Amino acid sequence: MTQVTFQGEQFLLHEQETVLDCLLRNGIAIPNSCRSGICQTCLMEAVSGKVPAVAQKGLKQAWREQQYFLACTCVPEQNIEAALPDEQTVPHIKAEVLSKKYLNKQIIRMRLRSLQPLDYQAGQFIHLQHADDRTLIRSYSLASVPTLDQVLEIHVRRVPNGRMSGWLHQQCQPGQQLLLSGPHGDCYYIPGQEQQGLLLLATGSGLAPIWGILRDALQYNHQGPIRLFHGGLNGSDLYLVDELRELADEYRQFAYFPCLDGDSVDEEIAAAPELFYPGRVQDQALNIQPDLKGWRVYLCGNPDMVNQAKRKAFMAGAALTEIHADPFVTAHNKQADGLTV
Amino acid sequence: MSESVYDRIGGEAAMDAAVDLFYRKVLADARINEFFDGVDMERQAAKQKAFLTMALGGPHNYTGKDMRAGHAHLVARGLNDSHFDAVMENLGATLNELGVPDELIAEAAAIAESTRNDVLGR
Repeated sequence: MTQVTFQGEQFLLHEQETVLDCLLRNGIAIPNSCRSGICQTCLMEAVSGKVPAVAQKGLKQAWREQQYFLACTCVPEQNIEAALPDEQTVPHIKAEVLSKKYLNKQIIRMRLRSLQPLDYQAGQFIHLQHADDRTLIRSYSLASVPTLDQVLEIHVRRVPNGRMSGWLHQQCQPGQQLLLSGPHGDCYYIPGQEQQGLLLLATGSGLAPIWGILRDALQYNHQGPIRLFHGGLNGSDLYLVDELRELADEYRQFAYFPCLDGDSVDEEIAAAPELFYPGRVQDQALNIQPDLKGWRVYLCGNPDMVNQAKRKAFMAGAALTEIHADPFVTAHNKQADGLTV
Repeated sequence: MSESVYDRIGGEAAMDAAVDLFYRKVLADARINEFFDGVDMERQAAKQKAFLTMALGGPHNYTGKDMRAGHAHLVARGLNDSHFDAVMENLGATLNELGVPDELIAEAAAIAESTRNDVLGR
């Protein structure tokens, strides 16, 4: 008889019983609704063990790769351990800070060496644990590309009153040991569609995963148009500007659009109109590419930008399964999940 | 035994095209799109797919109680007949755009219509 482990407890499944029915029968309140494998309310993650393909039907590829499945259609053929998708794993991978460098006034680039190999895709994120306060854990997207970089790279924006970013900016020095976990997230390049248009939108340190995804796509020899829009209030909010321009010069399929949206940008843009674009990334991107049918879209950074851009991209024709969103929610602006029908 | 509208328009394969189309219409419809604001889009699209599957007579396990419970918080926010009508309109327009014949659209409309009282908590 197969069993499913959930939060440390083991449950025996009846013949042909789904994971959902088993857990509900044992008094575990797993969210669910249609019980037909369609609405995805019962989404779970197989932490260990493999789930049958039918239990992953309808899920986007990145989720299938991460062993997400629908509990209501999952009749496991082997023992599995299941978890709800939002549960954090406790950081346990040892890592050491190698270097710290300011990329602009508020963002540092940190390079880390993990003492255990981290099997990740460029654009995914890690949970980082504060060395002294074990309860302080924050997520940072990886800017490094496993096949190109020997170290892990993150970009950390100094958040006003941010406990983790404050520590990373000030006290944390090369040589510091800390713990991390991961990788997490579905914001990464998926090879196999090299002619597809890629739209990459980022604000602030959201450029970190985008920088990784871009370089990953290029080293996979992605041929379709790649458009990157990086937004800030002023020129000083942007970074990696020269590096991105160099890549745009080197790779004909890649175009870079730095966008400025602050109140005083007019002078900056007037001084160098060929360098900067006015307005927000989500507006500029749709101006330049109003039809996104068939495109894949990556959105990273400010949650308002990500939510608006997601909707705009969908309305412009991009399929929802082709839109990968990574909103950078700080501890202070965590929003409750929208009410769902 | 006659096939359901769901089968006749192509079953599950047809659903993904239908969902994208339907969901875009709903989000563009000022009469109802406020009910979809701030909601996780993937989750919402999945629920639209479940709704369309049901409305077209496809396989589903929704009960009246599910429809009632699922919409109760929207009813509390003022969901009423006019909103239900708007969704029905968008359903019809979607099926029309997909080339579904009128009689089948009418069948789908009848199934969707049968959920009105549960959805509106009456």
